[in-house]
Amino acid sequence: MSAPVKNTLLFALVGLLILLTGVMQSWNSALLILNMGLVSAVMAIGVNLQWGFAGLFNVGVMGFVALGGLGAVLVSMPPVGEAWAAGGLGVLAGLLLGAGTIVAAIIAYRRLPRGRGRALAMAGILVVGFFVYRAVLDPSVEAVEAVNPAATGYLGGLGLPVLLAWPVGGLLAAGAAWLIGKTALGLRSDYLAIATLGIAEIIIAVLKNEDWLARGVKNVVGLPRPVPYEIDLQNDPGFVERAAGLGIDPVTASTLYVKVGYSILFLVVLLVLLWMAQMALKSPWGRMMRAIRDNEVAAEAMGKDVTGRHLQIFILGSAVCGLAGAMMTTLDGQLTPGTYQPLRFTFLVWVMVIVGGSGNNFGAVLGALLIWFLWVQVEPIGLFLIQVVTSGMAEDSALRLHLLDSAAHMRLLTMGVVLLVVLRFSPRGLIPEA
Amino acid sequence: MDLLNALVAFANFVFIPAVAYGSQLALGALGVTLIYGILRFSNFAHGDTMAIGTMVTVLVTWWMQSVGISFGPLPTALLALPFGILGCMALVLVTDRMVYRFYRAQKAKPVILVIVSMGVMFIYNGLTRFIIGPDDQRFSDGERFIISARTFKEMTGLDEGLAFKTTQGITIVTAVIVVALLFWFLNRTRTGKSMRAYSDNEDLALLSGINPERVVMYTWLIVAALATVAGVLYGLDKSFKPFVYFQLLLPIFASAIVGGLGSPIGAIAGGFIIAFSEVTITYAWKKVLGYTLPESLEPDGLVQLLSTDYKFAVSFIILLIVLLFRPTGLFRGKSV
Repeated sequence: MSAPVKNTLLFALVGLLILLTGVMQSWNSALLILNMGLVSAVMAIGVNLQWGFAGLFNVGVMGFVALGGLGAVLVSMPPVGEAWAAGGLGVLAGLLLGAGTIVAAIIAYRRLPRGRGRALAMAGILVVGFFVYRAVLDPSVEAVEAVNPAATGYLGGLGLPVLLAWPVGGLLAAGAAWLIGKTALGLRSDYLAIATLGIAEIIIAVLKNEDWLARGVKNVVGLPRPVPYEIDLQNDPGFVERAAGLGIDPVTASTLYVKVGYSILFLVVLLVLLWMAQMALKSPWGRMMRAIRDNEVAAEAMGKDVTGRHLQIFILGSAVCGLAGAMMTTLDGQLTPGTYQPLRFTFLVWVMVIVGGSGNNFGAVLGALLIWFLWVQVEPIGLFLIQVVTSGMAEDSALRLHLLDSAAHMRLLTMGVVLLVVLRFSPRGLIPEA
Repeated sequence: MDLLNALVAFANFVFIPAVAYGSQLALGALGVTLIYGILRFSNFAHGDTMAIGTMVTVLVTWWMQSVGISFGPLPTALLALPFGILGCMALVLVTDRMVYRFYRAQKAKPVILVIVSMGVMFIYNGLTRFIIGPDDQRFSDGERFIISARTFKEMTGLDEGLAFKTTQGITIVTAVIVVALLFWFLNRTRTGKSMRAYSDNEDLALLSGINPERVVMYTWLIVAALATVAGVLYGLDKSFKPFVYFQLLLPIFASAIVGGLGSPIGAIAGGFIIAFSEVTITYAWKKVLGYTLPESLEPDGLVQLLSTDYKFAVSFIILLIVLLFRPTGLFRGKSV
């Protein structure tokens, strides 16, 4: 079987699985799986850029995804005028002072001669700067958070259309990636992994604790949507008529309509990104990236700027993850920092890329759709299996109840097994790099 | 008197907790560093190895409690600890056999092994949640305090109390014993020496007839024991929650890297450096400063440099500083 036929069949298989969900469970759940699968596919393209193209080991995907979500909030939510009046400028001034302190310390490091004087000067700048920063920031933050804390208590966003937030989310993630790349790239692969893992945790900690920014664990809900609301559709006589014409009741029809709307938007983004990634892979730039990945020393000897290229692709990949994060937050309609967990948002994306085939964009997309399907469906399948296995036991047997209770945790186990099996028996993934 | 009060407050809120936490981190980091030295990869599954060992201990502890076995004033978990260690050893040996050995034979790149350890992490994490569930479990019993705050106040007549929890005492004593045993093993026994030789120079060790599979097996056994002890001590001191153990990965790696990956002494030093910085930077110093400074200078705020939720940030920033200015760590670890 030739490769294109096999790949088409694989994609058809995943499509079939999702269709089956539609027929056997409900079309709403099928579309839910499809939508999150498409978002995951965007994340997987981002990780594939970094790992598949350039061999960069980034396990901070969660952080960039969360930053994208923050972008969605900052762009689309209406600004809270009262909060801005209370302390908006103070917060901005505080942040600028904080950034200024770090820049000053870096300048001191670069300009001053080596020795104890430099270390003291840097320490002095950082300590004084930190206290000034806290002194300016803290009262403003308190003022902002005191403004109607049950409903707002944060500065709000810009009140722009939410679609604009997608590129902005990408830009936010790119900015963070630039900062991280400047400091952490060039470290050995496992150090980079630990560094990115840590940064992702810090980003989540900031989102959870800085209430003035995006309400922290109080969550921002009710983000504006790029698609119509179900209730409006149901009140629209034209829509109800058309639904009736198709033989679907208006409530189901409206939920399906909204989800299909999201699917189309996500599909467009995914196809554009996939096309761009494919072009990049085939271009001289892509070949250079793979050359650097395969042999850094040789590439450097050929005059390639390894660190520069690494920084470039690290930023690009992270921006794609940020974009996916903004898309996901738009789909959810809320930003809930408490739900960001590394297993779900970092390591699962890694499983997707590796199972699909690292270095192959189509592989990453396929892996994302397939693994997301499994991630969602393993739970009911596991429950069903356990019910079958334990059907011989007494109704109230403690073991049986425990097993039924724990079925929900089957998915982590399954993901681990899938990853290990693929790594062992098909280390290049389902669609190997060409 | 004020100065004494300040000292007691400092010991109570900063010094003792940091020493206990540092011992737990050091034990965890020792495991990471040993794997790195011998098997030559960063084991992402280490946090979950700790969780598995602790889980077995917790289950055995519950069983012992239910049949009425107790350890007097000490927590029953200490009696259950050997079973936890055995369980954890069995699991890592099976894992090595089924998973890691294949890649060792292939001489796979370290980064592949790291990805493999990600898969193992998923499985361990899933196993833990499957068996004991994702919730908080408390399993400490026995005396809660060696010295409680009130007794201390009555004994000394100071305003500040000093509470010394049993779990903190046990943590410190156990850590000292375990570390002493480990160093005796590494420096005095034949197996320990062959492990160090293998870590220093693999080819030379192979030439001199050291059996690599044996070295690897002993490493896993030691790592399982260290991970379980670290996990149980942490669980006794705080509580057992699988997700928290997963998150411990970060400070543990930070400790190992700050000390220098592959260097056991470095891992211990790193553990205490990380623990002390985390605790001092996230502690509200108002009380201590209130005793030491004259009235006019007394601070109004809490004088907390960072909120406790940012403790990860602290370990991370130290990690970054060390990596930027001294990439092999304080004790000159190795770098592959």
